[in-house]
Amino acid sequence: MKKIAAALLLTCAPAFAQPHLPVSGSVNGTLIRHGHVYTVGAAGTLNDADVLIQNGKIAQVGANLPIPPETKIIDAHGKPVTPGLMVSWTQLGVLEIDLVAETNDTTPNQAVDSAAFDVADAINPNSTLIPVARIRGVTRSLTAPEDCGNVFCGTAAVIHLGQGPDLIVKNRAGVLVSLEPTGGQGQKNSRPDLWAKFRETLDDAREYWAQRGGYHRPGGSRDQRSARIDLDALGPVVQGKEPLIVHVEREATIRQVLKYAGDNKLKLVIVGSGETWRVAKELAAAHVPVIIDNNLNLPGSFSDLGATLKAAARLDAAGVTIAFQPQADAPSHYARTVTQIAGNAVANGMKWDRALAAITRNPAEIWGIADSYGTLEPGKDADVVIWDGDPLDVTSAPTAVFIKGESIPMVSRQTVLRDRYRDLKKAPALGYR
Amino acid sequence: MTKGLPAWGAAAIVVVTLALAWWLIPAAHKDDVHFADLVPADAFPSTYKPWPSKPTLIRGATVLTGTDREIANGDVLMQDGKIKAVGRNLSAPAGAVVVDGKGKFVTPGVIDIHSHLGVYPSPSNEATSDGNEATKPTTPEVRAENSVWPQDPGFTRALAGGVTTLEILPGSANLIGGRSVVLKNVWSRTTQGMKFPGAPYDLKMACGENPKRVYGDKGGPQTWMGDVAGYRAAFAKAEAYRQAWIKAGKNAAKTQDRDLGMETLALVLEKKIPVQMHCYRADQMATMIDVMKEFGFKIAAFHHASEAYKLADELKKNDICAVMWADWWGFKMEAYDGIPENIAMVDHAGACASIHSDDAYGIQRLNQEVAKAMASGRRMGITITRAHAVAWMTRNPAKALGILDKTGTLESGKMADVVVWNRDPFSVYAQAEKVFVDGALLYDRDNPQLSPRADFELGQEDNGHTGGAGQ
Repeated sequence: MKKIAAALLLTCAPAFAQPHLPVSGSVNGTLIRHGHVYTVGAAGTLNDADVLIQNGKIAQVGANLPIPPETKIIDAHGKPVTPGLMVSWTQLGVLEIDLVAETNDTTPNQAVDSAAFDVADAINPNSTLIPVARIRGVTRSLTAPEDCGNVFCGTAAVIHLGQGPDLIVKNRAGVLVSLEPTGGQGQKNSRPDLWAKFRETLDDAREYWAQRGGYHRPGGSRDQRSARIDLDALGPVVQGKEPLIVHVEREATIRQVLKYAGDNKLKLVIVGSGETWRVAKELAAAHVPVIIDNNLNLPGSFSDLGATLKAAARLDAAGVTIAFQPQADAPSHYARTVTQIAGNAVANGMKWDRALAAITRNPAEIWGIADSYGTLEPGKDADVVIWDGDPLDVTSAPTAVFIKGESIPMVSRQTVLRDRYRDLKKAPALGYR
Repeated sequence: MTKGLPAWGAAAIVVVTLALAWWLIPAAHKDDVHFADLVPADAFPSTYKPWPSKPTLIRGATVLTGTDREIANGDVLMQDGKIKAVGRNLSAPAGAVVVDGKGKFVTPGVIDIHSHLGVYPSPSNEATSDGNEATKPTTPEVRAENSVWPQDPGFTRALAGGVTTLEILPGSANLIGGRSVVLKNVWSRTTQGMKFPGAPYDLKMACGENPKRVYGDKGGPQTWMGDVAGYRAAFAKAEAYRQAWIKAGKNAAKTQDRDLGMETLALVLEKKIPVQMHCYRADQMATMIDVMKEFGFKIAAFHHASEAYKLADELKKNDICAVMWADWWGFKMEAYDGIPENIAMVDHAGACASIHSDDAYGIQRLNQEVAKAMASGRRMGITITRAHAVAWMTRNPAKALGILDKTGTLESGKMADVVVWNRDPFSVYAQAEKVFVDGALLYDRDNPQLSPRADFELGQEDNGHTGGAGQ
């Protein structure tokens, strides 16, 4: 017990004592000194280097930076410093508890297609999942609907995981499409069903957008099957400005999607772990990125018989830009395990620095926020993490996290629960802790 | 002791003994007849036979014995399927295979006490979904072993993760879900051929939300209090059934109607079949401890146990293990309070803590799950050595399964279930290189010939040569 008490003082008290003040507001910035800095940018990895954070941005990165006045100094003692991590295809912000319906805003609850379903309408900055993820180094998320099994599932957004109220970094980051009958039991749509609907809706959207002004005139009419709001949402997609995020697993379907997107000049992002690696060469040639949970190595269905732990390494070696998804079946609560996915990819042949890029720079590029996030380079938002060990190893954790320059209190609902129950001898007074 | 005892003394002893015996006879008579002695023999006996093995000496590795001991530069000798010796500078018997352990780690075979491999296999579809007999809330008559598909490719992947023993449980749709089965992770045409010889059966029961969700609008239970009434009603009935058989005496099997469900529950009441209890919340675990005491059965472990850290003192007091994930939480209301320090806090309180997967992917990396739990505990200030943490995936699940006398640690005389890791197993980069079951090398990462494949994966595009354990 003594050990625990001592640790309480060491590890928890300072976290609680920290006011929620943005450091960059109260002083002139923060200088992280003596870090092993993985910039994930052109400067590569810098041993014994400093990172200067000012006004929410990274001001400078390099060795022996001068100390500006009134700057808070953190000594990293040679520990790894990385950009904040980004997870792709989670429901962070729109989900609290999967099976509690009123907290689950992840799926269009209607039978019709719903490209207009937009997660940005339901982002909850007070979700307890957000601190749980960010104190483990996750600072950004591509928050998207879940696979709805019915072609068009809705519109995604990029959010940051800092303190609220406004977490949205980028609205309309892509429209999610499900083209794989991986819904398991009760699945009713066959692949041609899904494809017919997919083509018809996009044809409608193109036609609608070609004459949109006319349709909106008084007395104007249109005869598309889809609702107006869905066709509105699909405009930037058919114009190739906004990604079409397609969930597919089977090799043949991936090839088909790739051809369709090429023929119609769509901006495509593939989400799928199963057999994407078999199409690696073509995906690389078409510059189509892949979002993958590399630990899915079982034939979970007849659509992903080729699933393997080697997928990420093979895709990366072929030149495909990949980003990791944390635990595909529950990516929101387990966003923090994205480092474990990356680490396992390394154990199975991927290069370490490429794996780190797949949870920082690559998702920044894929989701169109690389100008402001993804590397430790001057001018970018200061999403910075100091780690107590190898960031990709399962035993490591952050000792400090900054999001847009703001120092994040290392507290979540989970740490508070832990601290309430750390000494059961204090029962029944635990309720007052 | 009798030396020099006077004759009158001996006579007195005889008299006293007879008197005592007379006084004790009714009780002794009652206790002499057990329901367990009256029921027919197991209908599905194990046909497992250890695979042929060669004497093998692993030399110069870091050995984590599972008994809180770490031996640097240590040796493990396996012979005739058993651990022969563990220590330093062991000599290899003539003809022994010597494995160079330099830079490697050796642990007992990993045990997953909560798996649905075989009953919810890959691929997942209507035809393969055999884990929940969700037709009524109480189905003690069913057995997971009758649902296991031994060709589930998941078994091969788990082997590549170092898993040598696993308990397959029915799902948690039902209050009482049926008997579980403990398997050796060996390729076999039949489930009986995997069945761990001498391992007790367990009964799967489930607390909380799942039975409510499944039966709430199908006649109940609709509430947690309905769940509890359901367990109690079943055991009250089983006690009457047990007494009726005992009263019928040794001809009971001939004179009594046989009820397979009641038979299982009566064996539970006699502690021949312990209970593995799916339960998330601390208050629900406490309620189940009372139900256990009311009927006199044994809960071996609470599974999932997201809130075990809130009740670790009571778990210790009642000798009940908590079987937990490293960091799962929040997928349903009763899992909302799960924290990553759960395992470490339960262990630190002196209760029996075990990892489990409940997942065909997680089972492949239980070493990483233990690593996360260990690191979370250390970060809150608990001192945990890796020699201790390894017990969370070896010794403690073996204890909760009642097979610790057979496997779960590296001690002479036990089954030679052994894993050689390419580095410290509590690293994300660690991989099981060699996996021995009863002394037989059944998986070797360096030898594609020693990588079992499930029938299902044969002849599938690209998987004829890349499939199997190392996939």
